[in-house]
Amino acid sequence: MGLTYDAIVIGAGANGLVAAATLGRSGMRVLVVEAGGSTAGQARLHEFAPGFRVPPLRPDPGWLPPPIRSALGLEGPGLERDHPEFPLTVALGPDELFPLPRDPAAAMEVIRRHSPADAERWPDFMTRLRSLAGFLESLYQLPPPDVSARSLQDAWALFRTYRAFRRLGRRGMAELLRTIPMPVAQLAEEWFEAGPLRAAVAAGGVLDYRLGPRAGGTAFILLHHLVGAPPGTIRGRGTWRTGPNAFTEAAGEVARRWSVSVRTGDAVARILVRDHAVRGMVLETGEELHARYVLSTLDPARTLLGLVDPAWLDAELLHAVRNIRFRGCTAVVLYAMDALPGKVGADDASAALAGVLSLTPDMDALERAADAVKYGEVPARPHIELTAPTLHWPWLAPEGKHIVTARVQYVPYRRRDGRPWDAAAGDALADAVGDVIEGFLPGFSNRVLARATLTPADIERRYGLTEGAISHGELALDQILFMRPVPALSRYVTPIDGLYLCGAGTHPGPGVPGGPGWLAARRLLADRR
Amino acid sequence: MAMAAVTPLHPRTAPLVRAGTWRRWAGFVVASGYDPHPDREYAAIRSAAALIDISPLYKYRIAGPDAVRLLDRVVTRDVTRCRVDQALYTTWCDGAGKVIDDGMVSRLDDTTFLLTGTTPSLRWLSMNAVGLDVALEDRSAATATLALQGPLSRAVLERVAEDDVASLRYFRLMHTKLAGIPAIVSRTGYTRDLGYELWVDAERAVALWDALMAAGTPDGITPAGIWALDTARIEAGHIMADVDYHSAHLALIESRKSSPFELGLGWTVSPDKGPFNGRRALEAEREARPRWRLVGLEVNRESVERLFAEHGLPPRMPAVPWREGRPVYRLGRQVGYATSGCWSPLLQQAIALAHVRAPYHEPGTRLTVEWTVEHRRRQARARVVPLPFFDPERKRA
Amino acid sequence: MSASRYDAIVIGAGHSGLVAAAYLARAGLRTLVLERRPVVGGAAVTEEVFPGFRFSVFSYVVSLLRPEIIRELDLPRHGLRILPLESTFTPLENGDYLVTWADPDETRREVYRHSPRDADALPLFDRLMQQMALAVKPILDMVPPDPTSLAPSDVAGMLRLGKHFRSLGPERFHALYRLLTMSAADFLDEWFEFDPLKATKSASGIIGSFLGPRSPGSAYVLLHHYMGEIDGAFRAWGFQQGGTGAVSEAIASAARAFGAEIRTSAPVARVLVRDGRAYGVALESGDEFEARVVVSGLDPRRTFTELVDPKELPDDLIEAVRRYRFRGSSGKVNLALDGLPDFTCLPGPGPHLRGAISISPSVEYLERAYDDAKYGEFSRSPYMDIVIPSLIDPTMAPTGKHVMSIFVQYAPYHVNGGWTDEKREAFGDAVIDTLSRFAPNLKSLILHRQVLTPADIERITGLSEGSIFQGELALQQLFFLRPAPAWAKYSTPIRGYWQCGSGTHPGGGIMGASGRLAARRILASWG
Ligand SMILES: Cc1cc2nc3c(=O)[nH]c(=O)nc-3n(C[C@H](O)[C@H](O)[C@H](O)COP(=O)(O)OP(=O)(O)OC[C@H]3O[C@@H](n4cnc5c(N)ncnc54)[C@H](O)[C@@H]3O)c2cc1C
Repeated sequence: MGLTYDAIVIGAGANGLVAAATLGRSGMRVLVVEAGGSTAGQARLHEFAPGFRVPPLRPDPGWLPPPIRSALGLEGPGLERDHPEFPLTVALGPDELFPLPRDPAAAMEVIRRHSPADAERWPDFMTRLRSLAGFLESLYQLPPPDVSARSLQDAWALFRTYRAFRRLGRRGMAELLRTIPMPVAQLAEEWFEAGPLRAAVAAGGVLDYRLGPRAGGTAFILLHHLVGAPPGTIRGRGTWRTGPNAFTEAAGEVARRWSVSVRTGDAVARILVRDHAVRGMVLETGEELHARYVLSTLDPARTLLGLVDPAWLDAELLHAVRNIRFRGCTAVVLYAMDALPGKVGADDASAALAGVLSLTPDMDALERAADAVKYGEVPARPHIELTAPTLHWPWLAPEGKHIVTARVQYVPYRRRDGRPWDAAAGDALADAVGDVIEGFLPGFSNRVLARATLTPADIERRYGLTEGAISHGELALDQILFMRPVPALSRYVTPIDGLYLCGAGTHPGPGVPGGPGWLAARRLLADRR
Repeated sequence: MAMAAVTPLHPRTAPLVRAGTWRRWAGFVVASGYDPHPDREYAAIRSAAALIDISPLYKYRIAGPDAVRLLDRVVTRDVTRCRVDQALYTTWCDGAGKVIDDGMVSRLDDTTFLLTGTTPSLRWLSMNAVGLDVALEDRSAATATLALQGPLSRAVLERVAEDDVASLRYFRLMHTKLAGIPAIVSRTGYTRDLGYELWVDAERAVALWDALMAAGTPDGITPAGIWALDTARIEAGHIMADVDYHSAHLALIESRKSSPFELGLGWTVSPDKGPFNGRRALEAEREARPRWRLVGLEVNRESVERLFAEHGLPPRMPAVPWREGRPVYRLGRQVGYATSGCWSPLLQQAIALAHVRAPYHEPGTRLTVEWTVEHRRRQARARVVPLPFFDPERKRA
Repeated sequence: MSASRYDAIVIGAGHSGLVAAAYLARAGLRTLVLERRPVVGGAAVTEEVFPGFRFSVFSYVVSLLRPEIIRELDLPRHGLRILPLESTFTPLENGDYLVTWADPDETRREVYRHSPRDADALPLFDRLMQQMALAVKPILDMVPPDPTSLAPSDVAGMLRLGKHFRSLGPERFHALYRLLTMSAADFLDEWFEFDPLKATKSASGIIGSFLGPRSPGSAYVLLHHYMGEIDGAFRAWGFQQGGTGAVSEAIASAARAFGAEIRTSAPVARVLVRDGRAYGVALESGDEFEARVVVSGLDPRRTFTELVDPKELPDDLIEAVRRYRFRGSSGKVNLALDGLPDFTCLPGPGPHLRGAISISPSVEYLERAYDDAKYGEFSRSPYMDIVIPSLIDPTMAPTGKHVMSIFVQYAPYHVNGGWTDEKREAFGDAVIDTLSRFAPNLKSLILHRQVLTPADIERITGLSEGSIFQGELALQQLFFLRPAPAWAKYSTPIRGYWQCGSGTHPGGGIMGASGRLAARRILASWG
């Protein structure tokens, strides 16, 4: 006979901790089980070279929905954000950068050098994006709208969504409906003529997405990642002041305040089900834990295909879950640096590295990078984005040293003809990445002390992400809102009574830390009533 | 554009068809009847022995350590209780508890089963096999199936079988040799009469046919077509996919789907087995009373005679079973529809299978069924009766 | 009143314009149609391109034509005759082939040969697509309401739409949503495993758009294949006897029977506007005609920026028209042949030549064809949809000879360096070379060839950028966004000036729906 809880949450990332805290606050006895050695999930630090630690996967900590903040009392100096002066910079060549400052006037100044017309349109463009992203912001604080709403709660959510929609005004509403299915390339082309500016806009639409900027729906991805972004920012929502884990630490603290227990280093082997109802779980150690509710932050495929006996799921649902598109396409190369690169032409490289430095100066190159991955190949010229987290948090590296992370797209999870991702393939990838970086930042490689590569296969293994998908399932239009992860699971509940999904694989998806966890926990509380 | 496909027995059946009475069944051409009129073939089923080519059935071999688990999650009956050499008649459902198909699960050995049905199932089986250790093999084309049905079928079979087929019990099967040809014999059938189904490699099918025809001559063995079989199965109250119900996988609209309860097959839904497709929906439905039910209708002979007499015509019953839907009424209001029917030579009655709405499906309820006489739509009186219409002891004896 | 005064003038005798004219005339309006070319039909014309050889020069198969139009205009009496096109034959690179036939049993056997599981999936897939076609049908037949408007008619329309979606039930609604947003390849991946089958099916999703089978949005057009079937008008695709031009002729004949007047070789130079109201048109010849309403069957770019002075229009609309995407991506090669092609994988003049021949051996093949086009080149190995109408309708070619119609993708309108004569021939060569890989005797059979690039399509038919549907059928320019928000109900900001071409809801293909809906709106406001 094992221990008994009201609810057990699988995974101590942002969503798991927020869900646990939300339930704990309602007086439930809650346990969080985490396979990794510490909490923090994807934000966990990875020591890839002695003394060099970094959370490799998420340079952008995402948007924290205000209701979570206030409901859980997530406050404190750690949750203040720092905003880089140049959220995004595009490298044009070995001696030229195209930085996009947050300050609109300064941005117009930079853009004017490439196109005066574009400079004039920039502020208007940013305002429009913000207003459209603002609609998503209200959408992301609610359970996914349900067109066939039956319950009062659903109808209320639907009504609030509609109200937010109407607030956009007629032009805004049409703009929104038109923009969401659009390719981000089209959006960029409609507004701007300068190649580098188009590339800067487009890069935000393909984050962790396996298709290029000409694919429909990429404009939505751009908007998704701009939810909660400060004015003027085309990329990222600022970093937590005290460290990459600030949010999970704060959420963990709140959870403990509500008597939530957390066990780390314990992997779940199986979820126990009897008579269509969850009973608890078995850990890999063989220990059994019992609970009436289990909430999983693992992606839907891991949860339902990996931890549950598939016999409890009807074949149609099984088929749907197997068809969720994960398709991880991002690799990460981590560099331990003796020093950061200095000047690029007249510009300061490290100012750019405090934000994101993209090495893809035109949209066609971005699209071409995406072509290869469709056929299971690594592109000849991958799309690379660099960041130096040590510029915010020097303590991640030994005194005076630095870390640069390279996000590399598009890297196939499944290589052509079934070739595996072995060490040699990882090295070849890192070499190719190194060559590209060197082309833009000459002398970069001389400053590298050590490097480590995470291919999509490594990401899958290390973080338990199906197919290495950082997104927990592509943010394609057919996999968002009431379709995320599949319609039958979009309300956080599963066909197994008491088993809930609460990870980024559910609405509102990745980049909204705690969002799914909070909504799922509230759903559970409503069901319990 | 190729010819329509023929079964392995075509070389024997084709020359027997006297009036071009062919039909398509699951993509194959098979004989509706060998004679222009099915009476003689039907008579063989009920009084002698009939040989029927049912090779177009879909047959899947499911083998491996998880074969039981797979089948148990697919079908509504409890496969864990199916012993080696036993066969189960069962339905299988989608997640909403609507019937996809009905057919037979036969256990060939500990880890090997044969699933037979009337719709293609390979994809559905593989969708259900996720995470299970089983091998699926479509044996449809490789295996020919002969139904040997009728009170004298045992006698015929005994003459060719290597083993003691006489002791084979109802819904049991055995591996044996028939006239030296390896075959599986199952004591099953679609007629509710004493009868067997014989499963044999397609290449040996003609040889088996010949051997049976030779051995059965003294017993009056007669090749029978689908008309005769259809009459027998309606008498037996056996439903047919695509005729009496629509597969949930192919129904274009929701109202065309049926649950096992609605088809009168609630008994195939095991209440105490492990999880299977549609279990939750079916459990809920078991509690509630089904809104529809498949029942038997006995059509009142005098009322039909009267309809004909009004036109000065002698009564005529359809010569072959019919499959087009006919509305069923209660006091002038439609309460259901008949899906197939025939003249039962055995009962000397026109009978039909019909879907009838609650509460009109209680036995004894008086209804009317549409009957077209002299280009006019009329109604014949009918009575709800429990199924089957005909259930002789000999089938189990 | 001068003799040149009409109730309604329709600009352009494309099939949409003709449909609109027929309905207006049927309601008793004095209607004049003005067509730039010497023939009516626009992209639906039959022409004797080479002596004795008649071609459906552009569009070549029919399935979408709305059954209510056929009925209401009594088109069979005016010559509409659709002959069935029953099979699709896909030669494969490994020497094998895939054919799907009209008979489901036969198709099952053929697909089973390649994948038993796919054979099982086919009828289920067909059923879903039929359900989806049924779900879309009412939308095709409605004037799109504007979801941003609170006008009673729009609110009522949206409510009706909402009710319709709810009536589908969640399962079908979600399937429809997925079909609208997914890529054809992803959608088909969930159903099938045999790649050439997926490729051939997904090909119908890329026709006419600048999308690859892996581009989101390409799944929707899969539905088109099923629309004809559920309408019960004809099964899937068919040929018009005498070529697609005969469809246009039939509509024109119906229009004339209702009293409409049709003038060919009468290019309109501009719409005459006074005080924000259209009162007629001026031809390039200088002739002027007056009418109470003027209806443009041309695409939105021509309708709003060429026929009228953009200054008459609000900036929003001009901006929307500027953003509206055409991006023609299709070409056409018409061949006069001395005999029938002989395919290595399925030799001889079998029934497989009587249907569509699809050069779509794999999804990757199609996607790579798209990759070429994305960067401004025509596909080196293009996708082709081929028919040999003379096998069905022998009057199309001299006895023993044949005409072959090859619809080709991708040929981008904005080709690098622009379309020149050399480039056109190089494109034609790529088509012939690719096809010869599968049918080696082809080259020796060619008597004449006509190669049409998107630039040629634009030049001849007036379709901007050679876009075959008068603008892409992408989600962001469908329904109430086609061609522009607030102007998707066939009216324009200029009073008395209307639009009815495929650039309006529900879009392109020989469908006629936009012409009918536009006419209905015009008649409703006639009073
Ligand atoms: C190569 C090709 C293949 C196709 N294949 C198919 C197919 O197989 N099946 C299918 O359903 N659809 C197909 N289509 C699409 C379909 O043909 C078109 O979408 C449809 O015909 C468009 O009809 P419309 O009446 O809206 O426009 P159009 O046909 O473009 O009509 C516009 C008319 O206006 C005339 N015009 C232009 N300017 C002026 C002016 N200034 N004054 C007067 N007249 C003017 C033009 O000459 C033309 O006749 C194809 C199109 C192309 C180009």
